[in-house]
Amino acid sequence: MRERAIVFEGVHKSYPLYHHITGGFKNFLFNFPKSITQFMNTRYDVLKGVSFEVLRGETFGIIGKNGAGKSTTLGLIAGVLKPTSGAVAVRGRVSPLLELGAGFNPELTGRENIVLNGVLMGLTRAEVVRRIGEIIEFSELGNFIDQPIRMYSSGMLARLGFSVVALLNPEILLIDEVLAVGDAAFQSKCLSKMVQFKKNGVTMIFVSHSLKDVEEICDRAVWIDNQRIRMLGPAREVVNGYLRAL
Amino acid sequence: MRNYENYRDLVIVLTQKEMKVRYKSSIFGYFWSVGHPLALAFVYFIAFKVIMKIQMEDYSLFLIAGLFPWQWFATSVNAAPVVFLGNASIIKKVNFPRSIIPLTTVLQDMIHFLLSVPVIVLFLFMYHKSPSLSWLYGIPILLVLQLLLTYGVALAVSSVSLFFRDFERLINIFITLLFYFTPIFYPETMVPKEYHHLLYANPLSPLMISWRELFLTGQLNAASLLATLFYGVIAFVGGYLVYRKLSWKFAEVL
Repeated sequence: MRERAIVFEGVHKSYPLYHHITGGFKNFLFNFPKSITQFMNTRYDVLKGVSFEVLRGETFGIIGKNGAGKSTTLGLIAGVLKPTSGAVAVRGRVSPLLELGAGFNPELTGRENIVLNGVLMGLTRAEVVRRIGEIIEFSELGNFIDQPIRMYSSGMLARLGFSVVALLNPEILLIDEVLAVGDAAFQSKCLSKMVQFKKNGVTMIFVSHSLKDVEEICDRAVWIDNQRIRMLGPAREVVNGYLRAL
Repeated sequence: MRNYENYRDLVIVLTQKEMKVRYKSSIFGYFWSVGHPLALAFVYFIAFKVIMKIQMEDYSLFLIAGLFPWQWFATSVNAAPVVFLGNASIIKKVNFPRSIIPLTTVLQDMIHFLLSVPVIVLFLFMYHKSPSLSWLYGIPILLVLQLLLTYGVALAVSSVSLFFRDFERLINIFITLLFYFTPIFYPETMVPKEYHHLLYANPLSPLMISWRELFLTGQLNAASLLATLFYGVIAFVGGYLVYRKLSWKFAEVL
């Protein structure tokens, strides 16, 4: 049996309603007893008792409605969130979460953002610099690479994001809806890159509303609905089940 | 998983990024880091030397020798409430030690302070004095002590600010108060006897006095150094504990 790359065991995630305190220091002090009890009691659940496993080299899709808990699941895998109860185990170097609009510093140039991302992923500067030509070439950003990325369109940001993560040899790749804004040519380029990753044994977690892509790329998928797992199995079956329920 | 080289590069790359983001370009950044304390020195000189006629020789040199290191501390701590907010996009995306972020802003201000030392030398020459050889070990010692103290405070302030977004206002007021309670534009000898013990209850006093002594006379006082080390260790340990307690929630509140 193949090694398990990601294990979720009865994962429960809830958030306190932080706005009570982020509302301000004064608010917090003046409503002190109330603030504390509210802080302890009002929480909302995002995931309730979610368990699944992803094997090394597997491509795993996550589908579900907006707000179902898909991005929280990715955050838990990336290690930026901690489960309220239950356990999350991840083995391997996780790529930065690929998301729309997030992740880069707008004042830095594309090139500087590549280095920043690489170092955040756990590589050294020298390792990133060695591969930077390849990354820029894959992104097809040309002269824009030395412009601050606040000048980029969302499609260009997606190009940069995918190129960085894809060419820095991740062991676990997390992709959250990032391909939707790229143009058709770049989308198909990314998809073929992902097929290549599959051959190389990279574990991929793919969150998308494009059910066609999920069905084509993923081996297995999970459908998260109302904070729980509604269906888990081969991608085709889960996508069909999801479509029937719509 | 992360090795030493990666940590080192994280600090370097993030510090470079801070430099770029905060001042947009390094030339203007240098002007800013020197210009601000110089402008303050000018104001205090007018207020206390020209108008109040304080009885002190070389008062402008005296002011600058204390204001430059103070500026490092004040800028770092004043910026601390927003450093995590400013880096929200990477905090929500990748798991890396978040404590590096406040460290890079403190290091950045330290670099600006170091770059402003030549201005102090210039003022020394204007008063027919010269730098002393003891700077060679004195500056590194005080740098490390101030780094420890400033980083500890910045770590605590930046962590708490995420949960109390208006903490920033409080910190600004606190820093202003602290400035007037620290012997920077007045010598500690002018503080009345009955308040002397309060002077040393201020963690910044022994440090700022040490810097000024070092710049003006080339001397270091062991008692002041020990007091600073004591405050520095407390600030660092306290700051780290606060950070450790809160850091896992950062991605949730950003």
